[in-house]
Amino acid sequence: MWRAGKFLLALFPSAIGEKNSMPANRFNGFTEYGIGIGLRSPHYEHILSRKPVVDWFEIISENFMIGGGRPLHILDRILDQYRVVQHGVSMYFGSAEKPNREHLSRLKELVKCTKTPWLSDHLCWGSVDGRYTHDLLPMPYTFEAARLTAQKVREVRDFLEVPIAVENVSSYAEFHVSEINEWEFLNEVVEQADCGILLDVNNIYVSSQNHNFDPFTYVNSVPAERVAQIHIAGHSKFKKYILDTHDHPVLDPVWKLYERAIQRAGHTATLLEWDDSIPSFREVHREAMKANRFLADTTLAVAV
Amino acid sequence: MKLVTLQRAVARAVMQTLTPSERMRRTAPGGGRMSAYAARFIKPNDRLTSFERLEIYNRQYWFRLLSSMAEDFPGLHAVLGGQRFESMCKAYLAECPSRSFTLRNLGAHLETWLRQNPSWIRNKRVLALDMVRLEWADIEAFDGQAKLALRSENLNEIVGPNLQLSIQPYVQLLELHYPVDDLLLEVKDGDDTADFASNAVNDRRKRSKVRAVAKLEPAQIFLAVHRLDFSVYFRRIEPEEFALLNALRNGKPIERAIELAFQKSSIPAADRSASVQHSFQTWATLGWFCRPDENVRGEKSHEKRA
Repeated sequence: MWRAGKFLLALFPSAIGEKNSMPANRFNGFTEYGIGIGLRSPHYEHILSRKPVVDWFEIISENFMIGGGRPLHILDRILDQYRVVQHGVSMYFGSAEKPNREHLSRLKELVKCTKTPWLSDHLCWGSVDGRYTHDLLPMPYTFEAARLTAQKVREVRDFLEVPIAVENVSSYAEFHVSEINEWEFLNEVVEQADCGILLDVNNIYVSSQNHNFDPFTYVNSVPAERVAQIHIAGHSKFKKYILDTHDHPVLDPVWKLYERAIQRAGHTATLLEWDDSIPSFREVHREAMKANRFLADTTLAVAV
Repeated sequence: MKLVTLQRAVARAVMQTLTPSERMRRTAPGGGRMSAYAARFIKPNDRLTSFERLEIYNRQYWFRLLSSMAEDFPGLHAVLGGQRFESMCKAYLAECPSRSFTLRNLGAHLETWLRQNPSWIRNKRVLALDMVRLEWADIEAFDGQAKLALRSENLNEIVGPNLQLSIQPYVQLLELHYPVDDLLLEVKDGDDTADFASNAVNDRRKRSKVRAVAKLEPAQIFLAVHRLDFSVYFRRIEPEEFALLNALRNGKPIERAIELAFQKSSIPAADRSASVQHSFQTWATLGWFCRPDENVRGEKSHEKRA
């Protein structure tokens, strides 16, 4: 399969499509990572004692931006055996205020320790005037917000000296002041910041149901060459909206979006998020490996 | 509308306390109807009003923060009881919203705030303050900074009247009026299996915790909250040991720290030297000592040296 794809690419590059056989790009540090698992404390013992084969682990940066103790000891042991990518939850690229200097310094220390090839955080806001909501609040999709957010992404990248990928969030509200739609806003930010995208296809699905848009239009509008990583996850349906709960296996509509994203972006580092009601490591791993159904034949995929 | 103006307005609504039935308040921050306030910023859709969409974030904010407080302060929860604890947390968070990028620091100002707002702990002021101090020390000891540890063999190199020795930042020293260490261990006992426990088991556990609080008698204790092999331990220490460790932490030279430690001691002068030697050996074995100006990240380094 791989050879056939490479042969076709040489003869008819346009027929093979958009970067589908080239997972490495400057937004993920020119790496070719496969399927990763979120490193969560209920699995520490299993991972360290059984040493399962996992291509890479994604860590929540904030859990390790501390002085010492068990979390850093565990991380040291994980780093001895596995590749780690950092994912943050509180940089708040979209908050109007300047980045918190202490946050940045601690993050840089961790980046040096993990040697993460890229670093991701959310395209959202969550703090104002130094007060933190600890939530991923949706952006108003305005050109002013895009400009300020892109500027902040650049500042953070310049300070940390590591490629940055911004993740689209799931949302439950939209603002009157928005001038463009969500994917246009995402594109505006990543073009101005010249950064990568962590494409969360579950978040796209959740938001599409909450805001009545076609999720495939979103996936098809994203600049595929900027996709550094993909997130998949489960969600929960309520009577009037869908909540991004990360406490279920990935549902079929999300797999379909994932399939489409892979068709467009090619073989991309993929991470299953499971953060609540966390089952055994084996179950999480088995669920994540289902992504192989779509990754296996990406070299022959043709983007439309 | 400027980005910062919108974010301030939304944050004020998101961080406003919920009603007793855990819904968003009908009154907006600063007065007026919340439905009108929400409609100024947020679009409705075919299923949810602007109010309802904003309410999702308002509820998420409080559920997340209250859950974090309950996780960090189970002992205070047991001391105050569930309802009072939750009301107290809401009042605390309304006055002291998080100013840190991490939820780990959410309770950093709780002791100070409770001292300024004693009505929340009126019947159990001393016990509650002891518990808050212990639970915050527990957090600090769990993931606080560890400098390069000095072992027994290193101590010989630095002995001398004016030489200084410091205490690991993660070691927390507490003088308490109640044996809250025992109470906290009792409260935490069985928490690991909470997810699998039946309601009956949970009810029995709750009653047992209430009994434990009720029967707790005052008793002055001195405690070092520390970690060993990455687990937190509560170690009872003598008053002289507490004074000595505090003096070292405050930068006193070793000889002066020993003098201060025994100022009010009932230990016979003849026994003091052996007592100090024993304490120093124990603390060195536990890895509590470090050089005052050392600034090296931790345990992995000293594990390699050992």
